[in-house]
Amino acid sequence: MEANQAHTPPAAGDQLVSVSGLTRQFPVGRSLFRRATSFIHAVDDVSFQLNAGDSLGLVGESGCGKTTVGKLLVKLLEPTSGRITYRLPGLDVAEGPENVPLEASAINGRRLRAFRRQVQMIFQDPYESMNPRRTIYDTIAEPLAVQGMGTVLDRVDMVSEILMLVGLTPPATFLFRHPHELSGGQRQRVAIARALVVEPSFVVADEPTSMLDVSSRTGIMNLMQQLAHGLGIAYLYVTHDLAVARYMCHRIAVMYLGKIVELGETEELLRNPLHPYTRALLSAVPVPNPEYRRGPPSIVGDLTAPIDPPEGCRFYDRCPLATNHCRDNPHPAFEEKAPDHWVACYEV
Amino acid sequence: MTASAASPVLKVVDLSLRYLTRGGEVKAVQDVNFELAQGEALGLVGESGCGKTSVANCLMRLLPDNAQLVAGQVFLDGQDILPLSEDQIREYRWQRIAMVFQAAMNALDPVYKVGQQVVEAIEAHGVEPTLSLARERVAGLFRMVGLDPALMDRYPHEFSGGMRQRAVIAMALSCDPRVIIADEPTTALDVIVQDRILRELKGIQQRLHMAIIYISHDIAVVAEVTDRIGVMYAGRLVEYGPTAAVFRAPLHPYTAALMGSFPSIAGEKRVLANLSGEPPNLIDPPSGCPFHPRCVHATDVCRQEIPPRVERDDQWADCWHPLEEVPSLQPAKAGGT
Amino acid sequence: MITPPNFPPPGSASDPPVVEVGHSRVRLLIARTRLALHSFRAGWSIFMESAIGVLSLVIIGIFAIMAVAHPILMLTIWDVDTYDPVTGYAFDQVDQPAAPSWRHPLGTDPLGRDVLSQLLWSTRSEFVLGITAALVTVAIATTVGAVSAYYGGLVDVFFMRLADLIIALPGISLLIVLSALFKLNLFYLALVIGILGGFGGTAIILKSQALSIKVKPYIEAATVAGGGHFHIIFVHIIPNLLPLSLLYMMFTVTSAIFAEAVLSFLGLLDLRMSWGIMIHTANTGGYLMGGTRYWWLVVPAGASITLLCSAFYLGGRALDEVVNPRLRRRHD
Ligand SMILES: Nc1ncnc2c1ncn2[C@@H]1O[C@H](COP(=O)(O)OP(=O)(O)OP(=O)(O)O)[C@@H](O)[C@H]1O
Ligand SMILES: Nc1ncnc2c1ncn2[C@@H]1O[C@H](COP(=O)(O)OP(=O)(O)O)[C@@H](O)[C@H]1O
Ligand code: SF4
Ligand code: SF4
Ligand SMILES: [Mg+2]
Ligand SMILES: [Mg+2]
Repeated sequence: MEANQAHTPPAAGDQLVSVSGLTRQFPVGRSLFRRATSFIHAVDDVSFQLNAGDSLGLVGESGCGKTTVGKLLVKLLEPTSGRITYRLPGLDVAEGPENVPLEASAINGRRLRAFRRQVQMIFQDPYESMNPRRTIYDTIAEPLAVQGMGTVLDRVDMVSEILMLVGLTPPATFLFRHPHELSGGQRQRVAIARALVVEPSFVVADEPTSMLDVSSRTGIMNLMQQLAHGLGIAYLYVTHDLAVARYMCHRIAVMYLGKIVELGETEELLRNPLHPYTRALLSAVPVPNPEYRRGPPSIVGDLTAPIDPPEGCRFYDRCPLATNHCRDNPHPAFEEKAPDHWVACYEV
Repeated sequence: MTASAASPVLKVVDLSLRYLTRGGEVKAVQDVNFELAQGEALGLVGESGCGKTSVANCLMRLLPDNAQLVAGQVFLDGQDILPLSEDQIREYRWQRIAMVFQAAMNALDPVYKVGQQVVEAIEAHGVEPTLSLARERVAGLFRMVGLDPALMDRYPHEFSGGMRQRAVIAMALSCDPRVIIADEPTTALDVIVQDRILRELKGIQQRLHMAIIYISHDIAVVAEVTDRIGVMYAGRLVEYGPTAAVFRAPLHPYTAALMGSFPSIAGEKRVLANLSGEPPNLIDPPSGCPFHPRCVHATDVCRQEIPPRVERDDQWADCWHPLEEVPSLQPAKAGGT
Repeated sequence: MITPPNFPPPGSASDPPVVEVGHSRVRLLIARTRLALHSFRAGWSIFMESAIGVLSLVIIGIFAIMAVAHPILMLTIWDVDTYDPVTGYAFDQVDQPAAPSWRHPLGTDPLGRDVLSQLLWSTRSEFVLGITAALVTVAIATTVGAVSAYYGGLVDVFFMRLADLIIALPGISLLIVLSALFKLNLFYLALVIGILGGFGGTAIILKSQALSIKVKPYIEAATVAGGGHFHIIFVHIIPNLLPLSLLYMMFTVTSAIFAEAVLSFLGLLDLRMSWGIMIHTANTGGYLMGGTRYWWLVVPAGASITLLCSAFYLGGRALDEVVNPRLRRRHD
């Protein structure tokens, strides 16, 4: 891997990605002749930073907007409003000194190619995220091929090397197989290999283990961590399971209906959850210990789709602590309630 | 729960099942034995492909065409159901033993209203004499599983994953079965919904004093809701015992590996044990102990000979080198390794 | 309801070969060839399992032999003056059309030409026509389908309205008008049929398939890998469309042969000889009125049209099973 290191990785601690006021809405019921009148607020005014080599967990129920945040970060979607800025190696900023961060909206054309080398994504579903007609070699070499990195034979070597790195050995037995000839865990390893083969600085991992069996899940979690640590890659890890996030991330952001409601250092957040939704999530995680007694569930009802949400706290209708104040005022501001521990709630 | 003294509602003896395929015979279930008393909850865990669903299908006598029962008996209330004819078995299915299927999505017919489907299940078994009584019963079942009875007249696609799973549970409960099999009831759901479904199932089971079998690949999911646990590997039951005892000190290395690989929010953060490799191909399983290619304790004898049964109190396992009772294996509470 | 495709279970007999890759371009090529052969063999065995697949192959094979046989016969045992399908004349027969005889196994037509020779000669042009039309259709339909699914918006609206328009036009009557105006020869006929099919119904079917491919996560994965529009359309969407395209190729062959027969029968095509013209000749001479007495003027050509059309159609159905895993009978 070191042989084709094209750039010096950013030093740990440098700010890599910065998100502020990020919003993305999806129109509901729009057609060619009808303009949409209501919108799903999939991501609503989300802000956070991620440093080089750091890892952030994005945790929340199904449908709360985690994948949408991930897709916005890798430019698979364009934001409705808000800013994302990157400080990525190899992406020159024409109009300023080296340390001016690059606006996501300014990334296009040739810059977008360089960006795709630096920012990668691992998808949730290992069964659908690979073209069934292409071999494992084709799949992993795709980013190299479209970016024109190396000759065909170099690529065979690079792909073999990364296959060994992700534990698919001997590589020769995997190179020319098709995805359906691999198990779910093996496919997810291939997906990781595809994301890491270009040596990115930042990876979005969208629930890479949620569709896997327990045993392959642990393997994938350990692998991701080792590789990211070894290669100095920062990642955003999307999951609905706090226990998984605990093992994968330095910091955790808890998301509810498009909003980040709590953000903090992992152990601090788990030991001292401040937001009622975080507490509810925590009490729902199964614990592999029959003697462990969890509290009663603190929230009721189902997550609704955030279509034109009303004024007031987004969590109001399910919150055990809700007061009239929460309903009548706008969604609470995101404030630092403890050192490096941010919460959006009136009652904390 | 000390229900084991009572006579069992369900007793499985030496059950073996094969699937005939082009590639050969898949030995999906081999020599499985266990029993279940009234009001007791059993967890069946293991990686996918190790035969959990196949066992459940035997208990329901819902077998695909290429399945072949090799041996064994399944006693339900003392009656062996395996030799029964299809007509006879229909009286047992749903009324004595019911199943919550792995894919709730597919268990509901998309073109009929959800309530209607449950009503039909009730009418088909003649549990209620009239339609209005049947509908009333369904409304009660909906309330029991935490669904608004007003939702009876909706179509499955209008339900979320969690609501669909509840509807399927309501259907399984519709004929007052004595035994319920829940096959991966929460695998496709997120933690919050999973937690609520499990709590609901457990509450219903205790209220109605039913016997229940939870099937899952996730050992943590069954930890809190079961009295006994059976660990399956390569079609065999490799460890069996009271849940608390198995969790405190597993005998079989596979059980320990399953437990060690689970991330926990309680206690200190441990290094996750990596269970390398994959379950074997059941057409041609490994010789001796089927777990030997992945077992860190494997020796020559494991590779050559079928392991013996070792017992400790109520708990047993099939292993040549069973694990000692070491405190470091206690998960969560004691902190672990 | 989504049924997962049933792939062969892992570890079954159809495991692919383990391909070793050394440091040479040739070996990489060999590896790929072996892989292609392997998947071809897998598909072939499914195709051969279906009775209609085998039947269609046998029929198409017989016609291919017939097409090849004509030039050979002309060079060896048939003399040009007697047996040429257009200009020959059977001097050995007194009355024309002559009934089948040893020298003329299928008799002669009203102009004294050998029917068997006509039949064999035409087979080749039917193949050329069918396959050209099919290739044109599929090339156009696949590209149009992939492009309008991928870009959507106005591009999509344009192509789909165009397709609707073509479907709304009654195909055969349009061809009749065109051939009356332009005197189409075989090649132009193939082109017209191909273009009508390609921008018409086939494009719509391939587009809806392309739409379901476009929303697959692997398309997003390719975008994140840095693939541009061109890369995604030609590397990801079209290869996944090809199986379905192949299927529609088979069906296009059928409709091209059929259209040719109708137009020739009406005497609208500028062809030297074809199955349709054989029937046309019989018809204009009034021999179709005479019941079954002059059967050899109609039956060989008519049967050939029916058989070859059905063979390609059935072949398409059998191919459907290979291409479409959901139709596959369960093998596990
Ligand atoms: N392309 C889209 N068009 C319309 N609505 C969308 C689109 N993508 C996402 N949404 C909506 O935005 C919300 C957030 O979706 P998102 O996929 O980000 O959720 P998630 O947190 O990743 O959920 P899961 O855990 O189920 O993956 C949902 O209500 C979803 O229905
Ligand atoms: N209908 C079938 N035909 C052939 N093999 C099957 C069939 N159903 C299951 N199997 C095989 O039997 C084994 C056990 O499967 P299953 O009982 O579904 O396991 P689990 O529920 O533990 O995931 C697997 O190897 C599986 O591939
Ligand atoms: S602001 Fe009010 S409603 Fe919102 S989470 Fe806090 S207490 Fe609950
Ligand atoms: S018998 Fe041997 S190989 Fe099998 S689980 Fe026990 S120690 Fe491991
Ligand atoms: Mg998601
Ligand atoms: Mg199963």
